[in-house]
Amino acid sequence: MSTALPRTLPGADAVPGTLTALARSAVLRHPSVIFGAVVLLILTVMAIFAPYLGTVDPRALEPAERMRGPSEAHWFGTDFYGRDLYTRVVYGARISLIVGVIVAVLSIAIGLAIGLVAGYVRWLDGVIMRFMDGLMAIPGILLAIAMIALSGASLATVILAITIPDIPRVVRLVRSVVLTIREELYVQAAIAVGTRLPKVLIKHVLPNTIAPLIVQGTYVAASAILAEAILSFLGAGIPPEIPTWGNIMAEGRIYFMVAPRIILFPGICLAFAILAVNVLGDGLRDTLDPRLVKRM
Amino acid sequence: MYGFIAKRLLATIPVMGVVAVVVFLLLRLSPGDPAAVLAGDAGSPEDVHRIRVALGLDRPIHTQFVIWIGQLARGDLGTSIISNIPVTRMISQRLEPTAALAVTTILFAVLVSVPMGVLAAWHHGTWVDRAVMAFSVIGFSVPVFVLGYLWIYGLAMSLKWLPVQGYVSISQGVWPFAQRLILPTLTLSVIYVALIARITRASVLEVMGEDYIRTAHAKGVADRRLLIRHALANAAVPIVTVIGLGVALLIGGVVVTESVFNLPGLGRLTVDAVLARDYPIIQGLILIFSSVYVLLNLVIDIAYTLLDPRIRY
Repeated sequence: MSTALPRTLPGADAVPGTLTALARSAVLRHPSVIFGAVVLLILTVMAIFAPYLGTVDPRALEPAERMRGPSEAHWFGTDFYGRDLYTRVVYGARISLIVGVIVAVLSIAIGLAIGLVAGYVRWLDGVIMRFMDGLMAIPGILLAIAMIALSGASLATVILAITIPDIPRVVRLVRSVVLTIREELYVQAAIAVGTRLPKVLIKHVLPNTIAPLIVQGTYVAASAILAEAILSFLGAGIPPEIPTWGNIMAEGRIYFMVAPRIILFPGICLAFAILAVNVLGDGLRDTLDPRLVKRM
Repeated sequence: MYGFIAKRLLATIPVMGVVAVVVFLLLRLSPGDPAAVLAGDAGSPEDVHRIRVALGLDRPIHTQFVIWIGQLARGDLGTSIISNIPVTRMISQRLEPTAALAVTTILFAVLVSVPMGVLAAWHHGTWVDRAVMAFSVIGFSVPVFVLGYLWIYGLAMSLKWLPVQGYVSISQGVWPFAQRLILPTLTLSVIYVALIARITRASVLEVMGEDYIRTAHAKGVADRRLLIRHALANAAVPIVTVIGLGVALLIGGVVVTESVFNLPGLGRLTVDAVLARDYPIIQGLILIFSSVYVLLNLVIDIAYTLLDPRIRY
């Protein structure tokens, strides 16, 4: 066991430039990270190469082939309109991954900017944080539902509607890091020698937020994938003609008693996708955050 | 103590104020003409005009804001633009199934997850611990609606133990009522169980490393008493905190669970309102759910003083 472990503290691996060392330490600490990475890799391949994976046109209707069970021609069977379920599930990975990645990047970027300002500009701090507290008190799914109801359903509105409720958590995280770092001696020294505020923020404070933000980003991605599926499932998300896992499940609801597979196939994919991202997040957290490692 | 409660109560006012402002701005700042979006593609110009007047969007924005705050202060959440029934009445009519589901879920989750977490901490590093941790990772990741359909498939359709869907009021008999709440409760509570079990394990584990636990152990306190009286009691604060914060998860889950199991509660009301583009109802539900969340966490903050005598305000 001890020979296999990395030679330094896991936290010491977290310096930029040693990405492979970092990955190795994550895998050693959490073998389940391998599971997460493999599942995500499969899903990414599914999303990118969807047209070449034995699929047909996801919208092609075959009225003669309605509601067929799994067969050689239709691996997961067909739905009420005779569309190939396997094809639709494979294409569904596209929307889920796009939503996960974009929401994570957007909410981190916006939350980081607001958090840096809140943590450093004292007089704005109170106002920003009270606003964030209020935003956090609103259940995220309801806020997203209201925004989509008001501006019409499209991929862009869904992404925006999922991003906004996620921002306050990022702001809180960044602000808490900034508040600790600004008391550090090297930051005080930088200010004392007259370094201007933007430079202090970018050169000294920003790098400290990267590790926690990567971890937070994976959790945001997992919850965004779930939120998109929930919204589509409720009929308040991506327009129904686009095959997403949530939309496929929504259509399968009335046929659940006769064809549970229409819900179970996309549902299981969704569960695996979220599990994979969460597991990856746990692995990253324990690798990047030495405080948690110490407690283990 | 009373001073603290008063201060804490006052602190909820700005939070609720922000919620009210966000909900107000949501309608006014949405791109395009919200009245046209709410009227739908088939809506005539008269429909659009009617909705605009009903929502008060034809007036200057500062007047709208004053009216909005005034209405809220009187507990008036407006009227539905479809049925013209006051939103408060529509909400109170749908309260029972949601309240019942929330109570059974929270009770069930706490009763299952706390012992699970304690057990995992006590058997730290063994297969019990690993099983609990694996459950909490998986339980946190399986989407509520996928789980709901898995239960329906397994327990209701294949084994025929329980009814598939629907709701019967408690006034029509306790057993039919309880029978139809079992699957929704099992569905909604899993994510909550996962969350609380994980925190319980972590906080009990942390307390177990303290000197007074070793002392108690050394002077011969029985394991069970040590675990409950000494370890769990001191680990209570983070556990109770996460129970409160987890309510946000429950609120999202309620909307989905009620749709899966056809429960005529507030979650279904939300979905119906979205599909009918009945914005005043959505708005009212956001305000109600947010207040519940804020008030519950207020109660929990106050409960800290009872749980942990070290915390004095």
